[in-house]
Amino acid sequence: MDLSLTDTQQMIRNSARDFMTEHIDSDYVRKMESHETGTDKEIWKSLAEMGWTGLLVPESDGGAGMSLIEMAVLLEEMGATALPGPFFSSAVTGATAIAEFGSDKQKQEFLPRLVDGDLVTALAFLEGSAAWDPGVVQATATRSEDGWALSGAKVFVPGGAGADVFIFAARTSQDGAPEDSLTLFLVDAKQLDSSAIKSLDSISDDRFAEVDFDGVTVPPDAILGEIDQGWPALKRILDVSTAAKCAEMLGGSRKAVDMTVEYVKERSQFGRAIGTFQAVQHRTSEMATDLEVGRQLTYKAIWKIAEGKDYEHDLATAMAYMSDRFPEICYGAHQMHGAIGFTQEHDLQIYSRRAASARVMFGDANHHRKIIAEQMGL
Amino acid sequence: MRYEFTAEEEQFRAELVEWIDELDDDYKGLSEAGSDDDWAKSLEVRRMLADKGWLTLHWPVEYGGQGASMMKQVIFTEEMVYHSIPGRDGFGTRMLAPTLMVHGTEEQRKEYLPPIARGDVQWCQGYSEPDSGSDLASLQMRAVDDGDHYVVTGSKIWTSQAHRADHIFFLVRTDPDAPKHRGISFLLSETNVPGIRIEPIINMAGHHQFNQVFFDEVRVPKANLVGEENRGWYVAATLLDFERSGIDYPAQAQRALDELIAYAKGMKGVTGLPLSEDPDTRRRLVDLQIQVDSTRGVAYEVADMQGRGEIPNKEASMAKTLGTRLVQDVHRFGVDLLGMYGQLRPGSYLSQLDGRMLDAQLGTVAYTIFAGTTEIQKNIIATRGLGLPRG
Repeated sequence: MDLSLTDTQQMIRNSARDFMTEHIDSDYVRKMESHETGTDKEIWKSLAEMGWTGLLVPESDGGAGMSLIEMAVLLEEMGATALPGPFFSSAVTGATAIAEFGSDKQKQEFLPRLVDGDLVTALAFLEGSAAWDPGVVQATATRSEDGWALSGAKVFVPGGAGADVFIFAARTSQDGAPEDSLTLFLVDAKQLDSSAIKSLDSISDDRFAEVDFDGVTVPPDAILGEIDQGWPALKRILDVSTAAKCAEMLGGSRKAVDMTVEYVKERSQFGRAIGTFQAVQHRTSEMATDLEVGRQLTYKAIWKIAEGKDYEHDLATAMAYMSDRFPEICYGAHQMHGAIGFTQEHDLQIYSRRAASARVMFGDANHHRKIIAEQMGL
Repeated sequence: MRYEFTAEEEQFRAELVEWIDELDDDYKGLSEAGSDDDWAKSLEVRRMLADKGWLTLHWPVEYGGQGASMMKQVIFTEEMVYHSIPGRDGFGTRMLAPTLMVHGTEEQRKEYLPPIARGDVQWCQGYSEPDSGSDLASLQMRAVDDGDHYVVTGSKIWTSQAHRADHIFFLVRTDPDAPKHRGISFLLSETNVPGIRIEPIINMAGHHQFNQVFFDEVRVPKANLVGEENRGWYVAATLLDFERSGIDYPAQAQRALDELIAYAKGMKGVTGLPLSEDPDTRRRLVDLQIQVDSTRGVAYEVADMQGRGEIPNKEASMAKTLGTRLVQDVHRFGVDLLGMYGQLRPGSYLSQLDGRMLDAQLGTVAYTIFAGTTEIQKNIIATRGLGLPRG
């Protein structure tokens, strides 16, 4: 047992903190909410120059070849600043998908551009019921003369309007269980008409869209991984993304606790700092305790994934916990801030909105409780 | 970063579990607050542990211990608690001995450490008084200077195992005029001396664990003063820096939860389905498992910090608040799960799981009170941990 960070991890944390302090403040976060792509071009370029968009990409494919632990350390800082933009969608979900399941040709074609920040990916998985389950997929891909004809619309595609490449999940065989009949495709966004993409107005910065793939045809080499083996690959991609989302939520939770601690030290009522009152001290202590638990559960799951250990139970536990507790910590922060924290002008609401979205990404707490129940043999 | 034990640590766990498996079932599940016979058996186990070197696993080698790492200690506690094995000696090996190693005189160490290491003595701790609970530093038991002795008068309360102890370490007021933390001294005494009287206090679970200990002009040699006179508060505080990972709580809770899972899977409800198929029951079992894993994670963190020489102020308090609440929650749920049978006492005709859920539900009411209440722990997290101003 050694819960400390390595020198490299500490270095990533420090440079991430320096970068965020210098470049990302809440004014920037607010500005990007109404920005066309959700990220300033220069900032996005800097993320690539720091080596972060390619952190998970192997060195042989032009990336930094780091593990999910290093990515988690970075995402914790990004979550703490609520960094806007498609980083998560591309550098975590997309990079994992292509680096782990892409053919040599796909890796050569896409990864260097992804590492350089010139290519942004988006996962097109969910449909109507929006369950994070293989059964959600009704979209189909059928063999045609020159490849595969796609059919079906996807919802909650993050950054759908700005993506260059979609990772599209379709049923490629109609008999058999969904988990044995899915195939993943890399679809160039240029093949879609702009009318096929409809933006959803969601509370956070995910810039979800509905994307209609009807009438799109892709060549045979657009298949990511193996035919009908899309679910095991997608499950892995979702698992890595879930763990990474926990790290991002951990950063947001940390920020909400830090803001609260600072505020109750400063804010004076009845002639003294409200942080001297036990009622305030106790709620703040509970928030800090939840944060500490979240840290342990999150990094344990991340370490297990990074080390190739059996991680199902720990990952589901981390996500079930963070999904419940990130919003709960934010509610506590609001209560401790009183009326000022309820305003749009105050930064706290940024994190509450992030929590509302992050908690349901890749399956909410109940989804993960069901996995835990299976793991417990119930 | 490494979220698992080393091969050597796992080997130790395997050796320990093998020993536990081979231990006669008569010794398992005994409560030290149980009958005289249970107590006698607990002491037999304590001597077995001493023979294995495990009683003083955490002691430095120079004092005859194993100098084991924090994580080995965590494993030891985890397995002993999970398997309900009695015999560990909280007051002697874990509290007094480390204090004497830091603050005791050479004579005190020579006199007191070897019998503790052999498992031959039982110590008890005299801290709380009827008017001094959470505000321990307000304690009033007086020790008056009488040449080479102190003359001690007053009473200590909630003194666990005093009725089975041959020695007591305790705090007294030696300077009533000094500020409250600075007039306290740390003394040692045998219990079987003139002037000490021990009265039982029976707890709501029906067990005799607590006592009130009355001191009436008890003469304590000055050679039994630990540390300097009037510095006893700081001597006692040293203890808080010693290993207290709080791993006992998740280990105890995991055991209870595993028993409840097995029960829920094996017992059919009125629908004919096992209780474990009921959605509400499943939800509660899963949430308790999350709570166990949460608490275990923080306890490991505390041990990891201690292992690298850091002082886990807020983390230790977090582990205590989380762990004590967890143990209460799992047994309260246990009583719920057993329905009408949940109210049957241990040993009753028709009782389920030997009535342990009820017994522990009642017994663990004390958990969020002893060794610093949850409210005090939250104050510590806020002030020492987060730097909030004191009220």
